[in-house]
Amino acid sequence: MLNVILWLPLAVGLVGWLVPRRLTGWAAVAGSLVSLGLAIGLIADFQTGSGAIQHAVSESWIPDLGVRYELGVDGISLFLILLTAIGWLAANLYSAFQAPDRPRNYFFQMGLAQTAVLGAFLAQDLLLFVLFFDLMLIPFYLLLGGWGSGDRIAATMKMIVYTLIGSLLMLVAAIATAVLASEAPGAALTFNMQALAQAPLALGDQQWIFWFFAAAFLVKMPAFLVHGWMADAYKACPLPVLALLSGVLSKVAAYGFLRIVLPTFPDATIQYQEILLIIGVVSILYGSVMAFTQTNIRLIAGYSSIAQLGFITIGIFALRPDGADGAVIQMFNHGLVVLPLFFIAALLYDRYESDDIREMGGMARRAPVLAVLFVIVAMATLAMPGSANFVGEFYILAGVFETKVALALIAGVGIALAGYYALRLFQQTMHNRLPEGAISRDVSWREAAVIAPLVACIIAIALYPALILDRGEASATGSVEAVAIADCGEGALVNSNTGEAQVLADPACLERYGIGEGSDGDQPPGEPDQTTVSLGAGP
Amino acid sequence: MIFDAPDIDYAGLSPVIALTAGLVVVLVGGLISERGNRWLSSALTLTALGTAAGLLIWQLGEPDKDLVSGALRLDGLAITAGLICIAAAAAVVPLMLRDPAPEEAGFGETHVLLLGSVLGMVLLTQAQNLISFFVAFELLSIPLYVLCGSHRTRPGSLESGLKYLIVGSLGSATLLYGLAFIYGGSGSTDFGAIAEGIAAGELASDSLILVGVALCAVGLAFKVSVAPFHQWTPDVYQGAPTPVTAFMAVATKAAAFAVFARFFIVALEPSTADWQPALAAIAALSIIVGNVGALGQGSLKRMLGYSGIAQGGYMLVGLLVASEIGTSALIFYLGAYTLMNLAAFSVITIRERETPFGDDISSVEGLGRNRPSLAWPLTIAMLALAGLPGTAGFIGKLFLVEAAVDGNYIWLAVMIAIGSMISLAYYLRVIAAVWMQPTPKRMPAIAGAAPEADGEAALAAGPTAAGSAVRGGPSGGRCVPVLAVILIAAGATIVFGVYPDPLVDFADHAGRALFG
Repeated sequence: MLNVILWLPLAVGLVGWLVPRRLTGWAAVAGSLVSLGLAIGLIADFQTGSGAIQHAVSESWIPDLGVRYELGVDGISLFLILLTAIGWLAANLYSAFQAPDRPRNYFFQMGLAQTAVLGAFLAQDLLLFVLFFDLMLIPFYLLLGGWGSGDRIAATMKMIVYTLIGSLLMLVAAIATAVLASEAPGAALTFNMQALAQAPLALGDQQWIFWFFAAAFLVKMPAFLVHGWMADAYKACPLPVLALLSGVLSKVAAYGFLRIVLPTFPDATIQYQEILLIIGVVSILYGSVMAFTQTNIRLIAGYSSIAQLGFITIGIFALRPDGADGAVIQMFNHGLVVLPLFFIAALLYDRYESDDIREMGGMARRAPVLAVLFVIVAMATLAMPGSANFVGEFYILAGVFETKVALALIAGVGIALAGYYALRLFQQTMHNRLPEGAISRDVSWREAAVIAPLVACIIAIALYPALILDRGEASATGSVEAVAIADCGEGALVNSNTGEAQVLADPACLERYGIGEGSDGDQPPGEPDQTTVSLGAGP
Repeated sequence: MIFDAPDIDYAGLSPVIALTAGLVVVLVGGLISERGNRWLSSALTLTALGTAAGLLIWQLGEPDKDLVSGALRLDGLAITAGLICIAAAAAVVPLMLRDPAPEEAGFGETHVLLLGSVLGMVLLTQAQNLISFFVAFELLSIPLYVLCGSHRTRPGSLESGLKYLIVGSLGSATLLYGLAFIYGGSGSTDFGAIAEGIAAGELASDSLILVGVALCAVGLAFKVSVAPFHQWTPDVYQGAPTPVTAFMAVATKAAAFAVFARFFIVALEPSTADWQPALAAIAALSIIVGNVGALGQGSLKRMLGYSGIAQGGYMLVGLLVASEIGTSALIFYLGAYTLMNLAAFSVITIRERETPFGDDISSVEGLGRNRPSLAWPLTIAMLALAGLPGTAGFIGKLFLVEAAVDGNYIWLAVMIAIGSMISLAYYLRVIAAVWMQPTPKRMPAIAGAAPEADGEAALAAGPTAAGSAVRGGPSGGRCVPVLAVILIAAGATIVFGVYPDPLVDFADHAGRALFG
């Protein structure tokens, strides 16, 4: 099943060369519909409460180098796969209506891009992950450069240089992780993520490898200090591609932190936790402030993404189950609000022929449906209580409060700022006076077909956030647990009854990570102050 | 004293015999008409190359053996590197079909020189004796000097041939000097015996041997064109006829790296601790110099020349770690490098004939719109050279980085990554030109309007000169053989990027030969 999900978009992209040009876009839309169906099927089939890898695929690929073709899905990646499917369906549908120049090439690149993103979410082999992570850049580079506007060539070059600096270092880091791990006695060369997480490297090696991975992920997000490529790329990018870049691609980075960095490099994670938290908080403040000073609608959305991803970063590096679970739901939420935001930006561009909000206004007069859709998106962006974003940010802040109160308080300011820039964006475009020459026109059925389903998803997830929280919890906790064990573990033992590997750990220490509270009551006072934690959630 | 009748292993020598026989037949075949019949000559050359390749593949299954009283050794390393050289030669034969250089110089002669050089390469990959090493080295080089200058009406070509002759001779002399030192120190010409001699005399760090090692490294570095012995490369690459450049860029590297590996890993094994850091420094320097040098190049051939210097640095990493995985990685990378470079050079060959821009980057602008069948392979080649995933170049880099980390050269692995980052700037510039630039307005072929204008003038002058008829528009059937090369090379780059197993198995023969 995962093989089909992974390769279907690319296959559809290839089929697109065979069908008449007029129909290429619709073939891509049909393909994305099937992808979405498969993603929903995956969720229906998911075993809630299990942190294990499900639907695992494992084939030999390059045995000499220890690289295997291993796929799987867990609670963290499950909804990101759904987000990918939703995002590409919307983008392909929008593009099909727009009928881009050179459609076959365009939709082929879109298909390749979707396969690459899905591959990054599905890969269970570290090298396969790096491969798909790098592969994503090729189609996005060609899409941005080939169909973008303005100074696209310089923008693409900037984007690719920034992002690849991170990714290539990550390639070295990934290989070093596996090779150094294989030097331990009795270990074989493997890139399997879980196997690597079982036997972490020495702290000295983890330190530099951590930063090589962090560089790749922080650039991709983008986070403060390494966001230099963002503004130019966002201004030049075609809007459907930009929606994906901001809504889906940035999540691969956050996913990478949660899925790879935490479990595989736990000691370095503990050591650098504060630096990452500070980067996250600064990203929140910087992104929010920039978002309410910019007038270009693309950049407002772009800087708000920096802020939102800052929230996700601090959720992950709170190193507590609630923070991590909040990050999982927030990844999905952010994608879901940014996608319609960019399609609304595209729609506003059609009406005002500008991206500048100073040249907009009064659109709501004759466009009540548009105004309603937009206000829902805006409310979700500013994390209104009742929205799923509120739930996500609440969980994240709850996690950070437990570890670093001061940082949590500063991050809380970000929520207030989000309210300001989201409402400013809405007011400037929809209220006030209609500029001369612009016509207030409600959404056409084509635009509605793209935007309304996305807004419906926002409402649905606001009504039932537990859909994600429940399924993500076990896996998110598993990642944090790996760090906790590295910090608190005092030796391993194998449970003779179940055969399960367990670790003796100091409960007071585990308490700091929000793990093992449940077992406190079971331990009679006076017993040796150690508790056991099941090691990971491996198959 | 009783002399045994020499035991000649004809099976082992058969590839060499096939190439020699082919060389003679092509030479005679070239006499049929004044400039040789291009189709007959090409067919005979391809037959000779195909036979030699078939015989080498047949020998791949056999156990390793020494030939000619130990002067040659036919093992996995020799066969794999030899096959890469032969494949490169076979690919440039179609490229030469309509090329102005052989049209002027005569097909028979051109093909004989090509076969002579390939013969030298095959012998060089097998050499395990100082004498056969040097003789094969010269047999490889001398025909190439002539081939570089074979486009006689174009001054650039003659300059390139002369430059290559002078620099190449300097390299050969340095190598020979170094070989003399090593013979003097170890008292033997056989690779195995040299290692024993050095070890027995505890000469591993003796100044006599070290001077010899240094001189040999310099001589070989000239041939594989790694910094700081690279200055000739961009000029010679740009000046030589493009098919010759393509052949030189890949086949010379493959053969020279094979003997580099065999000589250093087998014969100079006792001195490993001494030459390893030196080669590491050369590799790092080469990666930096090559990639930085390529940045500002407007000529695609010069750009690929500099990129070849950088790629040579990557490959040197596989060599210097002196391990089974390292040697396998080296051969894998050479195989992948051959595919991607051939695809790139073939596209340049076609565009040189179609546009008045020569090998300037503007010759490929707007290619994505007009000639997708050229644009895609060029894109694939550039992505592969940059080491992006989905291509054989990615797997090759992966292989090399793994070898480097395995050999405790993590800093070199990082250098490879840094080099790849820099390289993106110029590889992607080509892709940007192909897909994101409009087709340039066609310029009249005024002398001086394009770097290759003089060549273009010559092209337009001769009625038989290829391309004059097709210049100015998408060409029809004339490029079919070249297109076939392009599609095979680009297709294989992708196939080995997705399913690398066959090429990995192939490369493993080399690693096992030296360390198995």
